Amino acid sequence: MTKPLDNRAWLLVVPVFAIVAFSAVLPLMTVVNYSVQDTFGNNQFFWNGVGWFKELLDPATDLGGRFFAALWRTLLFSAIILAIQVPLGIVVALSMPREGWTVALCLVLMALPLLIPWNVVGTIWQVFGRGDIGLMGWGLNRLGFDYNYNGGVIAAWFTIVLMDVWHWTSLVALLCYAGLKSIPDAYYQAARIDGASRWAVFTTIQLPKMRRVLLIAVLLRFMDSFMIYTEPFVLTGGGPGNATTFLSIDLVKIALGQFDLGKAAALSIVYNLIILAVCWVFYTVMTHAGADRGVRGDPAAGEAPDHAVPPATTIPLDRRAA
Amino acid sequence: MSLVLEQVSKIVGAETHLRDVSLTLERGSLNVLLGATLAGKTTLMRLMAGLDVPSSGRVIADGRDVTGLPVRRRNVAMVYQQFINYPSLSVYENIASPLRVAGLPRAEIESRVREAAALLRLEPYLDRKPLQLSGGQQQRTAIARALVKRANLVLLDEPLANLDYKLREELREELPRIFAASGAVFVYATTEPSEALLLGGNTATLHQGRVTQFGPTPEVYRRPRDVVTAQVFSDPPLNTLRAVKQGGALALGTGGEARALGAFAGVPDGSYLVGFRAHHLELDPPSGEAIVLPSTVTVSEITGSESYVHLACGGHAFVALVPGVRRLEPGTTVDASIDPRRLFLFDESGALASGDLAQAA
Amino acid sequence: MARITLDKLAHSYKPNPSGPGDYALKEIDHVWRQGGAYALLGPSGCGKTTLLNIISGLVTPTRGRILFDDDDVTGRPTEARNIAQVFQFPVVYDTMTVRENLAFPLKNRGVARDVIRRRVDEIAGLLDLTRSLDRKASNLTADAKQKISLGRGLVRPDVAAILFDEPLTVIDPHLKWQLRSTLKELHRRLDITMIYVTHDQTEALTFADTVVVMHDGAVVQAGTPDQLFDRPAHTFVGHFIGSPGMNVLPCRVDGALATVEGHPVTLAHAYPALDAARVELGIRPEFIRLAPRGAGLPVRVRRIDDIGRARIARVELGACALSAMAPDGVALDGDEASLSLDPSRIHVYADGRLVAPAGAIA
Repeated sequence: MTKPLDNRAWLLVVPVFAIVAFSAVLPLMTVVNYSVQDTFGNNQFFWNGVGWFKELLDPATDLGGRFFAALWRTLLFSAIILAIQVPLGIVVALSMPREGWTVALCLVLMALPLLIPWNVVGTIWQVFGRGDIGLMGWGLNRLGFDYNYNGGVIAAWFTIVLMDVWHWTSLVALLCYAGLKSIPDAYYQAARIDGASRWAVFTTIQLPKMRRVLLIAVLLRFMDSFMIYTEPFVLTGGGPGNATTFLSIDLVKIALGQFDLGKAAALSIVYNLIILAVCWVFYTVMTHAGADRGVRGDPAAGEAPDHAVPPATTIPLDRRAA
Repeated sequence: MSLVLEQVSKIVGAETHLRDVSLTLERGSLNVLLGATLAGKTTLMRLMAGLDVPSSGRVIADGRDVTGLPVRRRNVAMVYQQFINYPSLSVYENIASPLRVAGLPRAEIESRVREAAALLRLEPYLDRKPLQLSGGQQQRTAIARALVKRANLVLLDEPLANLDYKLREELREELPRIFAASGAVFVYATTEPSEALLLGGNTATLHQGRVTQFGPTPEVYRRPRDVVTAQVFSDPPLNTLRAVKQGGALALGTGGEARALGAFAGVPDGSYLVGFRAHHLELDPPSGEAIVLPSTVTVSEITGSESYVHLACGGHAFVALVPGVRRLEPGTTVDASIDPRRLFLFDESGALASGDLAQAA
Repeated sequence: MARITLDKLAHSYKPNPSGPGDYALKEIDHVWRQGGAYALLGPSGCGKTTLLNIISGLVTPTRGRILFDDDDVTGRPTEARNIAQVFQFPVVYDTMTVRENLAFPLKNRGVARDVIRRRVDEIAGLLDLTRSLDRKASNLTADAKQKISLGRGLVRPDVAAILFDEPLTVIDPHLKWQLRSTLKELHRRLDITMIYVTHDQTEALTFADTVVVMHDGAVVQAGTPDQLFDRPAHTFVGHFIGSPGMNVLPCRVDGALATVEGHPVTLAHAYPALDAARVELGIRPEFIRLAPRGAGLPVRVRRIDDIGRARIARVELGACALSAMAPDGVALDGDEASLSLDPSRIHVYADGRLVAPAGAIA
């Protein structure tokens, strides 16, 4: 339904434009500007064209090699995170109680990790994993594992993944739980009457009804994990060696460590484009998966009629369910 | 207030929701919008309220063009199919809420709320929360809140649809009295012909976004302008058959014949669609000038104090609505009969050629 | 296929019910004949949904047993009873086609593929769904979805009973007529016990051979539509069935003479002395004749409602409000009129329950 038009309303948007221009567009243009120039300090800049981009995307160069190594590392990390957190989140959501006082308890417990600042999470796990005073590190060493996140690549990855799972799985679980709660009881009753197994109930009712929230969960978790910085920086500082140097960490190293503003700017732009591209792919795939491109033009068979229908007068189900 | 709609249309994308609707709603009148779901009733109400702007045409209130005026700046109240109340407020506070927003003095609020509560018989429940009330009482609360504002225009969108059968009947009987006590323009949307008849006032029949007829309710019911209006205003559905009028006789598609007396004597010869309502089809022995339709019973159903008898007659299916309980075994043959004065004759374009003249006179 | 017996069934949602007020469903004994079409009719909160859930196995009753034929299924879960249910809001599996939806209950029970195919085709034909078999179920209209829910019950060859929980709620008024006839037609052809829960008298009476009227957690009358109309066993039934409902007037009964608001009313039978707190007389508006002032009960006419097919007069007899059918062409003199009541259609109620005349077989 359209609202009455009043063009003066556009004036209300002006402040937002100003803020966005100041906070996003101007810095972005600065970055674009840096990415096509070189500097030797003293605020003196030279035109470099697409030189940085060429170097960045050529694995043979020093910069390109470094970039691709960090990119694969980051992609691997995101893949592991999604592969663990999404199924785990679903399982947790499915095993949460549906009513009673335990619901509130579960929700509070699950919300706790989400409330802790990133750097504090890093510090917690840094201490937790230490071999001398950390409960986990000490315990693992006592059990005979050679565990040291500053020394072993596997140990470092293990700790970072575990830390992220601890920090963020409840987000996925809470989203899924909200999706599950919106399924009417009649569906479960009908499935029982139809003799559906627990697994069939999951695949035919729960999963399809959760599709929308899962899309949001996957997008959020991908973007967050792909941009992860604080926790591994606090925990391992990118090491051992470069084993946990993700794109964001590398970016900061180049920009602030070496003060290669041109390279860093080119890297940020490419980084941004990758995130946009991957999100777009996820979104397109997930919204089209399962959507029906059914045949039209067979009204006698009981298809929803193509009447001149204002939405407000149709959907009786929604109105009554309200 | 009086409300005039001039050639109002509403088009969204490629779909026409309303087409060239012109209506004049008088001060203090009750107007029923009758039509099936999707006919455009809610769209029309939203335009009247100012929630939407028509794609073309004008809305005029008391002689002033209010077409683009937003709902906030009009004095409008709305009641919906769902029972919409503030769950955390008492019934009293629910009814008082529009007055509190308007900043009326306390004594004025008190007297107006008491008055509305008395009209809707809510006095014993003023201290309760809406969820402690029955559906009927919840909807009464919503209606009281709409009335207490003393809005110029009160819109009710199928307000009884979510109520139990008996509660609906009870409230339906009370509504005309409640409306009569106020001076506003009332607009009441419903899908049920019987509701329109009980409410009286004026009725606009809607079909696929068009107002097919607008006038005093009994007149629209007894003299529908065309076949669509007759269909919209008939429950059970209108019985129809084809017939050819030649000279003084009407040859029916079922094989029977009727003398073209009284009502349709002046109608030119030609082919017509004949329509008649279920309760005019009688199963008792015919009296006087009746058209007899020899039929076979297919099903008989009791609906409470009446019975539906489904008949097959010369390849046509008819429904008769007869008073009391009539159990007829499927296969029974009956001589159904109809008074020719009860027939509607619609010409090729669907317009009423003649019919029910005796009643209209 | 089964006969369903409710044996001293009662249910309370409270853990330790003490009085009858704690029971959502008061003790009920009833037999649902194999192949019968039944309706459970009553206002919201009368216990009809509780009873339906007990039959389907979603609720285990506090007391009593439920038998399918002679098999006690009281403690058995839904999936172990051979019942099907159609809910108020259509339940279809969104990701599946209509065919997959219909095949689902058979697939879950490990039925052979070609058997499933044959059975699904047959049921789709019966429900007029053949043309949409390969469409996604989520794109269909509400009435087609309700047919699919029904179809998922019908495909199972062993189904004992089909339960309907207000299945026409979201169906457009014009399609209600069609779907109702489809249901009746199916019932006639398939010989399956069907139980239909509703608050709408038209749906109940047109669908069922036997209507069970519930009020306040108890069954007040079970009978054919004719019986409910002609001899309501309780004033509630008289009021609930028929529109407008039966007139119920407080009275005093002395043999074959009743006194209402000081006016004598002749009864068709003599009644024994009634020892009840509340004695009432019930008569339907259809059996009252409204006439200009003359012999009969003097009343004041408040208004006359024209409902198209009939006119209903709302009148007052002293302090009592009544409805009566006003025949066409009755010219009234002012607002005064008189009523004549058909004595053979008058029933007498003591504390709400129908009283048999003296000498009649109770």
